[in-house]
Amino acid sequence: MPFVSIEKPLLRGPALRRKGRGPFGIGDRLFKGLALFFAWMILAIAVMIAWQLWKNSALSRRAFGWSFLTGQIWDPVGERFGALPFIFGTLVSSAIALLVAAPMGIGVAVFLAELAPRRVSDACAFLIELLAAIPSVVYGLLGIFVLVPWMRVHLQPWLIRAFGFIPLFRGPAYGVGMLTAGMVLAIMVIPFITTLSREVFMSVPVSLKEAALALGATHWESVRLAVLPYARSGVIGSLFLALGRALGETMAVTMVIGNRPQIAASLLAPGYTMAAVLANEFTEATSDLYVHALIEIGLVLFCITILVNGLGRLILIKTR
Amino acid sequence: MSASYQKRRLVNFIAFGLTGGCALLTLGVLFFILGYVTAHGFASLSWSFFTQLPKPVGDPGGGMANAIAGTLKLIFLAAWIGLPIGVLGGVYLAEFGGNAFGFFVRYAADVINGVPSIVMGIFAYAIVVLPMKRFSTLAGGVALGLMLIPIAVRSTEEFLKLVPRSIRESALALGIPRWKAILWIVIPAALRGLLTGVMLDLSRVSGETAPLLFTAFGNRFWSSGWLNPIASLPVMIFTYAVSPYADWHRQAWAAALVLLMLVLISNVGARLLMRKRIRAF
Repeated sequence: MPFVSIEKPLLRGPALRRKGRGPFGIGDRLFKGLALFFAWMILAIAVMIAWQLWKNSALSRRAFGWSFLTGQIWDPVGERFGALPFIFGTLVSSAIALLVAAPMGIGVAVFLAELAPRRVSDACAFLIELLAAIPSVVYGLLGIFVLVPWMRVHLQPWLIRAFGFIPLFRGPAYGVGMLTAGMVLAIMVIPFITTLSREVFMSVPVSLKEAALALGATHWESVRLAVLPYARSGVIGSLFLALGRALGETMAVTMVIGNRPQIAASLLAPGYTMAAVLANEFTEATSDLYVHALIEIGLVLFCITILVNGLGRLILIKTR
Repeated sequence: MSASYQKRRLVNFIAFGLTGGCALLTLGVLFFILGYVTAHGFASLSWSFFTQLPKPVGDPGGGMANAIAGTLKLIFLAAWIGLPIGVLGGVYLAEFGGNAFGFFVRYAADVINGVPSIVMGIFAYAIVVLPMKRFSTLAGGVALGLMLIPIAVRSTEEFLKLVPRSIRESALALGIPRWKAILWIVIPAALRGLLTGVMLDLSRVSGETAPLLFTAFGNRFWSSGWLNPIASLPVMIFTYAVSPYADWHRQAWAAALVLLMLVLISNVGARLLMRKRIRAF
């Protein structure tokens, strides 16, 4: 080694370690080995989760094959299991959540990044992150006793009167249902969208905004023409992460969605999600096939969330 | 002033008015939630809530002493299971993780972070409950402990990387072996950040319900040792909320208030301790 760079500290030097010289001896190797071991465990856990889900759903996968994903009948007594109503419920409730939360969350982020003074903005961001800290079972409790009665008495009858000609808003007002679940989820994911989007908005170069303003744009036009396009992929990444959260959310949804495995055209009708059926039926599953069918639902949920989160991270990494 | 300029100014005004409305609404929801839970919780809270066991249905009164103790016990166990893996994994990534292996570990931590909590429950069920053939405190602790890992990894790595390189190099220049430099110089320098990360992590996990449903299960009595089912506040809230009894609903509000306090105080405390934002997601 003719030259020891300061940038690359010499302790990294493989030559030194190979010869076992210097102060970098057994202690260093032990410490690194220990840290390496725990790092390996993280990798192993991720693999084990997938493997255990795969292994413990074998009976169901063998019995139903791909038709598990398209079957609409969930009959534990007759041992026929199809997961479509749950997949449908998960996707629809999350879609409602995102439709409500995306404009709200981005709106809040624009307000905090563009209009609010820095200190107010920071304080608001701090408070909004508290929304993410509230346990999901507390959301569920409020859902049952506050939102569901309100939906049944006020919002749903109004929707039926005003938009009843669209199949989406037909049927009796139960209070519980897809729409209620979507609204609870929306509140729960807003902080994810807002905090990440706010950061992205604040990282937009001032020169871009000033260029727009100098050309005579109003403040809002500078946001629309300079800030939003620049921040677009970051915002989309935050939406994906919020979606990943909504898809896997369990307790709050279980408490307000009505828990009926059906595919209904109406958003007011009760539904069921993958996470909710696991929460409700897992401890009551009596036969092996039943348990394996439930775990296969877990496997499907796992795959979907991994995919959505992976996409979100990919987009965010590219923007940072 | 031309008409089109007037129109653009109007649009400007309306658009920002709407964003302000969104912000007010979101904050309004937060304060409504906090206020409502506090009001209903306080009305139902009593001394016996903290000291007594749950009473059978129809027998008014009783408390959730076992569930409060159970939640603390589960968090304690989870911390012992999850934090060593998370923190030391983070140390590895910060100090030695600039290679392809480090990339995979980070990726794995992201995957674990994205796993829905209920699926984590299934995993703990598969590796602890199935082999032992019983619901147990241990299984619940494993489920929560696994959920601690990803954020512990990420916050540890971030805060260790914030320690200036010159500090490490001056330690090494004095002839201190690398492992001692990490343990006695770098980690103490980042200690506040590490504590913040760990506290946020614990606060987040202590409100989790789904992973406990079929691991720790639930218990209406005191649970002894680590191999019996155990009660926890979140699961009690769930069971009581979906029950048809008004008295149980009152207890659920009281439990929700206690849980919310526990979670929010540790969350806010941790974030005030360290002003730099921690990326929790």
